[in-house]
Amino acid sequence: MSTDTTAFAGANVLEAASSSAPISPTLLRRAARAGLADIAAKISAGTRLSTDDGLRLYEADLHVVGALANHVRERLHGDLAFFNVNQHVNYTNICNKLCRFCAFQRLPNQPGAYVMSPEEAAAKITEQLGIPVTEVHMVAGIHPKLEYQYYLDLLRAVKRARPSIHVKAFTMVELDQIAKKAKKPLEQVLPELIEAGLGSVPGGGAEVFADRVHKESYHLKISGDEWLAIARKVHQAGLRSNCTMLHGHIETKAERIEHLDRLRRLQDETHGFQTYIPLSFHPAHTEMSDVAGPTAVDELREIAVGRLMLDNIPHIKAYWILMDVAVAQTALSFGADDVDGTVVEEKIYHEAGATTPQEVKREELVRWIRDAGRVPVERDTLYNVIWRGDAE
Amino acid sequence: MPKPAALDPHPIDTRSLDSPRTAEVPFERRESAARAGPRAAEIERVAARVEDGLRISPEEGLLLHDHADLATLGRLADLVRVRKHPEGRVTYIVDRNLNPTNVCITDCGFCAFYRRPKHAESYVLPREVIHQKLDELRELGGRQVLMQGGHHPYLKSDWWCDLLADLRERYPEINLHALSAPELDHLSRIEKRPVELVIADLMAAGLGSVPGAGAEILVERVRRIIAPKKTSTDRWLEVHRRVHEAGLRSSATMMFAHVEISAERVEHLERLRALQDETGGFTAFACWTMQPDGVPEQELYPERATPGTYLRVQALSRIYLDNFDNVQTSYVTQGLKMAQITLRFGCNDFGGTMMEENVVSAAGCMNLSPIEALEHQIVRAGFAPRRRNSWYGIEDERHDGPRGPASREQAAALATGALRGGVRA
Repeated sequence: MSTDTTAFAGANVLEAASSSAPISPTLLRRAARAGLADIAAKISAGTRLSTDDGLRLYEADLHVVGALANHVRERLHGDLAFFNVNQHVNYTNICNKLCRFCAFQRLPNQPGAYVMSPEEAAAKITEQLGIPVTEVHMVAGIHPKLEYQYYLDLLRAVKRARPSIHVKAFTMVELDQIAKKAKKPLEQVLPELIEAGLGSVPGGGAEVFADRVHKESYHLKISGDEWLAIARKVHQAGLRSNCTMLHGHIETKAERIEHLDRLRRLQDETHGFQTYIPLSFHPAHTEMSDVAGPTAVDELREIAVGRLMLDNIPHIKAYWILMDVAVAQTALSFGADDVDGTVVEEKIYHEAGATTPQEVKREELVRWIRDAGRVPVERDTLYNVIWRGDAE
Repeated sequence: MPKPAALDPHPIDTRSLDSPRTAEVPFERRESAARAGPRAAEIERVAARVEDGLRISPEEGLLLHDHADLATLGRLADLVRVRKHPEGRVTYIVDRNLNPTNVCITDCGFCAFYRRPKHAESYVLPREVIHQKLDELRELGGRQVLMQGGHHPYLKSDWWCDLLADLRERYPEINLHALSAPELDHLSRIEKRPVELVIADLMAAGLGSVPGAGAEILVERVRRIIAPKKTSTDRWLEVHRRVHEAGLRSSATMMFAHVEISAERVEHLERLRALQDETGGFTAFACWTMQPDGVPEQELYPERATPGTYLRVQALSRIYLDNFDNVQTSYVTQGLKMAQITLRFGCNDFGGTMMEENVVSAAGCMNLSPIEALEHQIVRAGFAPRRRNSWYGIEDERHDGPRGPASREQAAALATGALRGGVRA
């Protein structure tokens, strides 16, 4: 096991790719007409965009911003578009954080509240043994009564059920809770979780880092500073993680850019983030059901802005289950290079009115990517290539 | 109980067992085929033609269809839309769908709506029901009723003329957008008289414009497979030519992603473009993907097209049909999210509010939305939503400036310019 965080793969990809492939004269002209000549020149030269640049990306023509992001995306990944064969386990929906944008949480005595025993969670894994699943994405509510041992048992039970599976589990928010329950510092807890089977950490729970947003919409949960501090420890423990931003509720554009900038700064330090995933706020059945939520063009722009600002994060994911297949396919030409996976049994977004299916077959995912004009690549959680659609 | 390790039939992720957290991705030089592949220069050349406002050939259309990347198609389609509609409006019409009968003798294997005569579920709507539906439409300020139905063996022109005249009188503000080319052809056939005479009678009774349905793919190889009994390609185009000559405007459509190949999609667009050169009578083009659930010959249509395929063809159609003013999105088959995206991929019109839909919804597709939701999508995409009439004249109190045609006669006068100067003056 390596604890040298500079050894993360993404750094190499980004370094090698940014050294060449300047922007075409046609795109430079289009960018100039859209008032983005300086930004295009920076992108062409591989220079980092400022936060002021980032704000301008929200105002400029969608196609031009998309084309610039697409340029970066192709410089990094060519026509490749990644997916994996995964499954979700949401081990409990009991939560005491009362976030206003959430429709998944239940209080302990509320109808529909549940906790899976480690054996029940493992049974979900066993159910899928007939399918070549490589990853389980395991996140849940913050259940105040679950003991530290539960989390260790959960990991071990899942790994016992399918030893080859990569367990991507516990957002920074859950890790905070787990360390509290363990009554020891996270630095000591993480090796134990790794020992029990934890393979990497998902990117959820970041919401929007700004203190104002934290106070107004998720004040019982860890703050932006805390989220970043935990992510740092996760990376220092040798684990890779994803990162996210929940957009389209009460946050301003400046707060979004600040959020991206903070992710970027931590990434400079640790190189531990492999993928950024903008999460679209789904308002149905939440306390914010009066907010309209992002539309398709907002989602495409968020993908593009993410790709352009996060010059040190290798992958941008268009999470099909919450965007819709239509937007995810289009996003593969607006900066995204990943569509997530087969996702057996998504619950969190479906409680908030998502109308996409709760799972999809591998061959369907492959077809979506091909129809979007990209080359499908099945990856494992750490982006090792399992299958390439152009090498048949 | 959890199973032991040996039973895992797919132990793929072995590397993550050895070094679970620090896998290396080998870096290789990566480029996009559309920008660095063997056809990149040719795609660039065709793109430059579109940028210069030049027409593209069928071969160039096929090149874009098969090899251009989605970003390029979107950019070019958006460019053509802006050229045609620099004012930043997106239109839609408050209308309703009304299918007077589902009785049909044409037996298209992709249609889940029709019933054979005497089938237990066959119907012809009684006049009172039609009145009731139009009363509802009037309440909503509707401007059009889209009336299409099966090819009923006994409902002839007189039945339709009677219906049209009645509705014209009762609902003068609602345009009668009715009877697609195959239905007009059907009337001509069962009455054994030229379609021109059928059209003239229907016009006299109040027909205001003709929908573009039944085009499917305008290539005989395809029609022989999917709709062997339906109006042929040449006849479909001939009926629209006669409609335009009679002084009516019509729209055009394409139903794709079934048995056709990409060259046949382009051929379809080429046939429409050629007729439009001749008559100028088409108001708009709309396309959608075939909806295969529960259709009679479902085995012919193994899978539903993905949204990406729709978007690609939608964008290409805007680029190719340089003589069509308007291109409609298809939110009913694709949903609001894709519909909003198409506003930046060539579409300038959201189509009708419909109120009900019985044809594609019979084939597993139903995405009707309230007007507010529709306007929300338009506004968030950066456009001003405006209500229109059947001839794409603006009828919206928020609008100031020229409004365009307000009647079938004004609309015809705008279109027949091409006819007057041309062969059929």
